[in-house]
Amino acid sequence: MEEADTEPPLVVVPGADPASRQLCFEWGPAEVLVCETRFGRGGGSPAPGGGWAPARFGPVRPRAGGGDAAPGSSRVFVVRRDQDIYIQTLRKLFNESHGVFIGLQRCEEELAGKSRKAHLVQVSKNYRSVIRACMEDMHRAAAATRDPALHSQYSTQVSILSAMELIWNLCEILFVEAAAAGPLLLRLLDWIRLHVCDVDSMVREVLSSENPSKHKLFWNVVDVFVLQGRMDEARHLLSKEASANPTSMSMYKVLDDLMMKMPVPNLGNTQTLTELELKWQHWHEECQRYLRDGTFASNPHMESICKILAGDENAMLEKKELLTTWYHFLVTRLLYSHPTVKPMELHFYAQSSMDLFLGEESSPEPLDTILMAAFEFELHQVIKECSIALSNWWFVAHLTDLLDHCKLLQSHNLYFGSNMREFLLLEYASGLFSHHSLWQLGVDYFDHCREYGRVYLELHIERIPLNTEQKALKVLRICEQRHMHEQVRSICKIMAMKALRNNRLGSALSWSIRAKDAAFATLISDRFLKDYCERGCFSDLDLIDNLGPSMLLSDRLTFLGKYREFHRLYGEKRFSEAAKLLLMLMTAHIAPCSFWMTLLTDALPLLEQKEVIFSAEQTYELMQCLEDLTAGKPDKQKLLDDDVETTKVEMLRLALARNLARVIVKEGTLEGS
Amino acid sequence: MIKRRGHKIRKGSQGSPQPIPGPHPPTTAQGRGGHFGTTAAGSTSVPAPPMAAPAPPSRSSPVSLRARRPPAANGGRRGRRRERARGGAAMEEVSARFVAQKISKARWRPLPAAALQPPDVFATGSWDNEDNRLSVWAVGELGSGEYLGEPQLLCDIGHDGDVMDMQFLDQERIVVASSTGSVTVFRHHQNNQTLSVNQRWEKAHYHVDQDTSCGGAACTGVICNNPEIVTVGEDGRINLFRADQKDAVRTIDNADSSTLHAVTFLRTTEILTVNSIGQLKIWDFRQQRNEPSQIFSLTGERVPLHCVDRHPNQQHIVATGGQDGMLSIWDIRQGTMPVSLLSAHEAEMWEVHFHPSNPDHLFTCSEDGSLWHWDTSTDVSEKPSFLHHGGRSTTYLSHSTINQSVVCAWLNNDPTKDRMEITNLIPNQTLSVNSLDVLGPCLVYGTDAEAIYVNRQLFA
Repeated sequence: MEEADTEPPLVVVPGADPASRQLCFEWGPAEVLVCETRFGRGGGSPAPGGGWAPARFGPVRPRAGGGDAAPGSSRVFVVRRDQDIYIQTLRKLFNESHGVFIGLQRCEEELAGKSRKAHLVQVSKNYRSVIRACMEDMHRAAAATRDPALHSQYSTQVSILSAMELIWNLCEILFVEAAAAGPLLLRLLDWIRLHVCDVDSMVREVLSSENPSKHKLFWNVVDVFVLQGRMDEARHLLSKEASANPTSMSMYKVLDDLMMKMPVPNLGNTQTLTELELKWQHWHEECQRYLRDGTFASNPHMESICKILAGDENAMLEKKELLTTWYHFLVTRLLYSHPTVKPMELHFYAQSSMDLFLGEESSPEPLDTILMAAFEFELHQVIKECSIALSNWWFVAHLTDLLDHCKLLQSHNLYFGSNMREFLLLEYASGLFSHHSLWQLGVDYFDHCREYGRVYLELHIERIPLNTEQKALKVLRICEQRHMHEQVRSICKIMAMKALRNNRLGSALSWSIRAKDAAFATLISDRFLKDYCERGCFSDLDLIDNLGPSMLLSDRLTFLGKYREFHRLYGEKRFSEAAKLLLMLMTAHIAPCSFWMTLLTDALPLLEQKEVIFSAEQTYELMQCLEDLTAGKPDKQKLLDDDVETTKVEMLRLALARNLARVIVKEGTLEGS
Repeated sequence: MIKRRGHKIRKGSQGSPQPIPGPHPPTTAQGRGGHFGTTAAGSTSVPAPPMAAPAPPSRSSPVSLRARRPPAANGGRRGRRRERARGGAAMEEVSARFVAQKISKARWRPLPAAALQPPDVFATGSWDNEDNRLSVWAVGELGSGEYLGEPQLLCDIGHDGDVMDMQFLDQERIVVASSTGSVTVFRHHQNNQTLSVNQRWEKAHYHVDQDTSCGGAACTGVICNNPEIVTVGEDGRINLFRADQKDAVRTIDNADSSTLHAVTFLRTTEILTVNSIGQLKIWDFRQQRNEPSQIFSLTGERVPLHCVDRHPNQQHIVATGGQDGMLSIWDIRQGTMPVSLLSAHEAEMWEVHFHPSNPDHLFTCSEDGSLWHWDTSTDVSEKPSFLHHGGRSTTYLSHSTINQSVVCAWLNNDPTKDRMEITNLIPNQTLSVNSLDVLGPCLVYGTDAEAIYVNRQLFA
């Protein structure tokens, strides 16, 4: 990535002719490519993913043409960014590794020094354990299925997962644990023993036979044990053979002795490297002496074992079938010729081992290149090759993150975006977000991308389809926890709009209150008032009566709440309080002018009550309101034309006048007495 | 794409670093020394000062719940051995399974009346998938006493829309509420382990315009009292069905102006609903009026309530959980406000359940990924508090010495006389725990991390 990368692969859309028709691209929950094609309606649809999709742009599913009815004109392709995301059996991998990832980010700062390294190795092992568990499941699924196509699909996945674990394990040894000379070889041996398992069935077959030493594969098994450095097991087998051949007992004894005495590095740090080297040198010479003396000349099997012990590369290469891979050869070669190999010397032996093993005829495969890059300690090359070769972002994203925590990638900054770790995590998380169900996992990955994570999250989270309120609540919670106010508003607005369309005014109001969206609350309040004007009664009383402090969100909502309060007071026959409230609504200009007429009409029954409710002063104010209303009308003529309105105004005037008369009398008498 | 040349999987391991302890569900419970406050009726909750320094998390190193052994190359499956936590005081039997679908509901199958054995079959429903499923699982011991590590799938069936709620009607029938607004009764045929649709009410919940394609409204809650089934939905409607009748027995349109989130039976003819503006309502089906017979509400902030459960023995005690994670205890005989407000989770409380046979225990789960066990049964004479810290850190309220059994601990709102032990059963969880169910000594819960967990020794 330092050098200018190769051009991104060209995606040829089947049937599209960019020269004559326009192509356009729309980004959504899944990336959608809309294009015009030459295909007719009944024309052959392109084979999904038929060879033209690049590695990470998975199966393209042609969908029926859109609204455009012109025959043979349009076709919609859905392009998915991360094909592996959609594999059902891998969901377990994504979910489980998410937990490991979060754990790793959490205890970032707490640990230091040695315990930190131990912890990182543990995390790495946990990741591998997750891969392994997934592989196990996939294997079971492959065995259970009858469908050959499905079977081969599962088998492919198993081999990919297996390769991922192989690479991961090597990276763990070389980078995370950074094993030093000595222990390094032991780790590599473990690695080989764990991953080269073609021979396992053979070993099992021989061991389970009645007389192992007579089995035709007996010597092969002994060779496997020797090649993998499993001396105890090899000696155990040999002792069986020895007891069956008392004549050559002494020969077996010598070989057994050699194998027992072989010095191996130990983890206990009780011996220094030079000490080991000395011992080993001594042992090595002993092996060669026996070879020169022709001690094993009578038995070709034992002679070849002794040659291997003495580090004879040709003898090893003769066992190519049993070694199966060049990296096995490499480790065996190191074991018997350079047991104290230093990490930095590895690449030299690796290169020559690969050349020797593969010979002229076959060229290295991607996996070989990746492993070679690891042996060369070319971290970035490993990540780059993996990105190219693997069909998912999961592997590189998690591996890079782990290596970043090992402080191995710090110097590396990209000329775009933030750094490599973040770039890969963003890619992976974006893939998760394009999935209908895994998007929740993506959130945490974005959280741990310091620079662009938030922007990505903001853009993605708004595009989550919200089919139920519960899902909306979950998305909202994500946004609220991260103080993403803009997104909270937008989600609430979407939900409020939905509720409004469904005629659920109460729900709509609840949503806009949650979003603190004053404009929308006003809109809904107007709907409520309109409904009231039409039907003469309120709907959703349980909500309006319980507005509480949220009533203050918008003026109109305040009015709605207060107006409903007026109705309640009126219903409870607390007339004077109701009257006061009603007047206040108008004089304080809380009520919208368009609603004044209704309010004044509401005052009518109060004015007509037996007892006097409005004081003289209040009555004057009411009259003022009425005059303001009628005078304010730009077209007086029009108002007068309307019979109902005219009657209303006249009735009001009459009632006001009568009330005024009564109140003057009443107030006068009261003062007089 | 790369492939390994030899891609068979190694079986077992001799001296190799495998198997590796998996990053698995919690083995030991670890409480959180969280805030815990209880206040008198009506006032909003104030987090009480920390009671005592919570015991340091004495969690033994992560122990693998199941030893991982890759299968033999020929696909032969090896028996799994479960490793038990050594050392830790709490030896919990938690088994887990990743199921590749987000679980919205998990429910134990009810036990026959005279059964003594613990429950062994439960059902789960998924949500937010392209094809959602209703699945039935078995947990249990295989003949030899060897634990069957993870729950095993017995059967499953596709479900249209998200599973919003789910209840067992009886031993065989499961009522499922869908986000499409339909309510379906599935029958679980135990002899051949299949599921089939027994009865379906399409669009039991719908928005006003029933003919449009988006007319269905999510059915958010369902409760059964064989043969009666009550459902509530986002449309604010309450439906009463009978399992054997095609049409609704009773429908209350516009029962609520906001979304109804959950429903439970109070008595045979009365139900309780909670809604998104913090109200708890009682409905009496004997009354012909389409009005609630009583309304209770949270004061102040109209915090939506998401779940409700009734005390199994003392029917006047009701627990609800809200959007802010608060647990409210109500005494529906008196007042219109909760008796106590207990601040609990940090996000939506999705479910609250009294233990059906041991109602001093209560379980809640939340969007914040925690699952709490509330225990008011703590008897001082039985469990000396100073010796009980091993393995779990718990928060104790002060001691109660007298009248513990007479006054129900849940209504005792005097913090000085109350004592409650709260344990978080899932430390370090990140994604939401959507559902839980308790029956006998067993707990099952399902999460958005696409895993189901079963704890079979709840009171060990």
